[in-house]
Amino acid sequence: MNISLSITKNIHDWLFEVMSAPFATVVENVLIAVAFLAFFALAGLLLVWMERRIAAFFQLRLGPNRVGPMGLFQTIADALKLVSKELTGPDKADKFLYNLAPYFVIVASLMALSVLPFSQEFHAFDINIGVFFLIAVSSIGVIGILLGGWSSNNKYSLIGAMRSGLQTISYELSVGLSILTIVVLAGSLQISEIIAAQQAGGWFIIQGHIPAMIAFMIFMIAGTAETNRAPFDLIEAESELGAGFHTEYSGMKFAYFFLAEFINMFIIAAIGVILFFGGWLSPFGITESIPLLGIFWFMLKVLGLIFLMMWFRWTFPRLRVDQLLTLEWKYLLPINLFNIVLMAVIVWLGLTINF
Amino acid sequence: MTNSELQTLISSWNSELEFSEAESQFLNITVKPEYLHQLTSQLKSTKETSFDFLFCLTGMDWGADLGVVYHLESTIHKHQIVVKVNTSDRENPTFDSVCDIWYTAEFHEMEVFDFFGIKFNNHPNLKRLFMPKDWVGFPLRKDYVDEVNMVIK
Amino acid sequence: MTTTTENNAFKSQEYFINMGPQHPATHGVLRLLLTIDGEIIKNIDPDLGYIHRSIEKMCERDSYQQIVHLTDRMDYLSAHINNEAVCLAVENALGLEVPERVKVIRTIIAELTRLASHQLWWGVMGMDVGALTTYFYGFRDREMINDIFEETCGARLTMNYNIPGGLMFDLHPNFVQRVKDFIAHFKTKLPEYDTLLTGNVIFQKRTQGVGILTKEDAISFGTTGPVARASGFSCDVRKHHPYSAYDRVQFNEALFTVGDTFTRYQVRIQEMWESMAIIEQLIDNIPDGEFKTPTNAVIKLPKGEFYQRVETARGELGVFIVSDGKKNPYRLKFRSPGFSNLSALKKMAVGSKLGDLVAIMATLDIVVPDIDR
Repeated sequence: MNISLSITKNIHDWLFEVMSAPFATVVENVLIAVAFLAFFALAGLLLVWMERRIAAFFQLRLGPNRVGPMGLFQTIADALKLVSKELTGPDKADKFLYNLAPYFVIVASLMALSVLPFSQEFHAFDINIGVFFLIAVSSIGVIGILLGGWSSNNKYSLIGAMRSGLQTISYELSVGLSILTIVVLAGSLQISEIIAAQQAGGWFIIQGHIPAMIAFMIFMIAGTAETNRAPFDLIEAESELGAGFHTEYSGMKFAYFFLAEFINMFIIAAIGVILFFGGWLSPFGITESIPLLGIFWFMLKVLGLIFLMMWFRWTFPRLRVDQLLTLEWKYLLPINLFNIVLMAVIVWLGLTINF
Repeated sequence: MTNSELQTLISSWNSELEFSEAESQFLNITVKPEYLHQLTSQLKSTKETSFDFLFCLTGMDWGADLGVVYHLESTIHKHQIVVKVNTSDRENPTFDSVCDIWYTAEFHEMEVFDFFGIKFNNHPNLKRLFMPKDWVGFPLRKDYVDEVNMVIK
Repeated sequence: MTTTTENNAFKSQEYFINMGPQHPATHGVLRLLLTIDGEIIKNIDPDLGYIHRSIEKMCERDSYQQIVHLTDRMDYLSAHINNEAVCLAVENALGLEVPERVKVIRTIIAELTRLASHQLWWGVMGMDVGALTTYFYGFRDREMINDIFEETCGARLTMNYNIPGGLMFDLHPNFVQRVKDFIAHFKTKLPEYDTLLTGNVIFQKRTQGVGILTKEDAISFGTTGPVARASGFSCDVRKHHPYSAYDRVQFNEALFTVGDTFTRYQVRIQEMWESMAIIEQLIDNIPDGEFKTPTNAVIKLPKGEFYQRVETARGELGVFIVSDGKKNPYRLKFRSPGFSNLSALKKMAVGSKLGDLVAIMATLDIVVPDIDR
């Protein structure tokens, strides 16, 4: 297998000492998978709690504050409740696809998680097409949404699913092109190399100055749309469609959709941090001597961007379908195409800001 | 226009109208069902009257007769008038619809049909609006009896 | 036979969809049968009556004092104004002169009711177009008004403060100060509403040019209140047929000309300013005196027909009483503003998108019990 594992060398070496090489590889992969699943569940729950607290802060409320310190365990209690609930579904649903849909969504976001670098060491899967892999995998999720909306045999779900299709296909372009703008600057698709380039010459948002900032803004807009959050939450649009594509889902199947939304938000924020804000790098290299602190800086920046997305959600009204498409095809896409050329010219002429 | 001026003008259109100001704050015109649509459209289209705002449409059960009361106002001249139409046919009461003159009548006539069973000719979508589709009888008629749902004091 | 249906199925992309009776945007149990082509609305057929309680039939049974209590349950957001309509109709029919104090208090409370109703509408309007935070801002300020009502008459929503002849009780001693505090508070908060929603580009794009109702149509559909005034139809009953203390206060009728969703929004925002102006003019000059004129225990109206129009938060409410001289009316008809406003929905929304329908419904400010009665 062409996987370059760089996760904590000690465990790796120890595993290969005590067992035969093929067996050790399997055990190692299982360990990584378990670690990521655990992280996935925890991060999802934590983000839900964070969203509820932030929403409460914007809405003059307190938010969850009874279960555990500051209500931290509220979402765990909610998840337990959802697990224990009966799974009900419509009689005339296409049972196979109906049950399959949540797994598509959850697996897609889990796969995208695997290439994220939490620090120099904690990086499970550093392939040379890392960024490309991220874009490709993160758009699989929409298949799950389409399947779920179509198979539940509900017209509101179907409208939601169709909206999701057109939205994801449109905004995929903008996410891709704004990432490409940075790839032009970095000269590589490999995530570790992108971060290495930022270590050498400063974060890309400063290195690439004007085009990088334009790219970042477009990335945040398109990324919010990609995760189907307000002001682009037409897929759920509770005042129009009830709950959109997941109207007919209950219990844990609903929770999968719900958690996937938050994990997708984490992924979009993480890509933003990797490409624009130097990934695990500390500002001005203040903690460069302690590599383990990379996790802290990475998570801090990611949470910062997530807060920005939550801020959008609790402030802006929702767009209409035609306005959604107008924004993408008439504004973001042309600006993006121009921006790539601008970035290429700046890189060609050596006008980047280097420290 | 004052009520007397209105009465002079409107009575010149049709000699079979009855005018009354007793027991009401408005000028009341009672019209025969066959002249209803002609009179109401004339009330709206004539420049001096231009009753363009139908602010209330009421179904009535006068005991023997069934009827409809139209409250009209002119947004230009600010005068008001009441048009009444009655029929003694309780089995199959029918009037002409005025919803081509005032769009609001479409909903109000549905309501009158629902509660009084009065039918309106040329109404685009006459159906039971509030009551269930299979309801028997017309609840606001005085002779309506429902021993289950009605509490009589 | 089968082939023709199949052919039709391929030709026509339209399908039926049930909006309501349980739907977040219908604000109650209103059911709209929509015919939709993709996202575009082709036809709207409202199905009413899910909470029809036959209030008009009950009125024929009840005495006039009892009828006042039923009107609370129609447009519960303008409960006081509904009460006032019936009381005024009965008082006018009897030729009963109510004390000046009652007129002023009724007007102040009616304007507070209008403010509370518009605050709730503003919150819900934001929520319908997707800005969930507005809901809590609207409710924060409405809470203060409800507290004032609670102190005045013991109820927060269905107040029953009016009786034919005057008021149920006199004002609470704190009333004047609390209303002044509220006005001072809300004058700083109302510009916040503008910052959060009115000035938002997405909100403006969502509402401008959507659901246009021309002035001619507004009159013909019998729309009243903010819906009609946004189209330029000057229909404010407080101006044209003043009742209670409206003849002695200065205020402007909020009139716009465009008639789209955004102007309907603007009318209500401006009405909130006007309501505050009316309250400010009256709050310092509440005359002393009795809070009711005594009436007979059994009110019998003279034989005749009586019509009373008032301006609720949603538009013109008409009370048409036909009396045969007994203690209960022979026939009582409520001309509810929501019912006529709803009839214009089809005109406004056909041809627009599903998302627009929600925004249009929000600016119609529908209260379903008011439509169903």
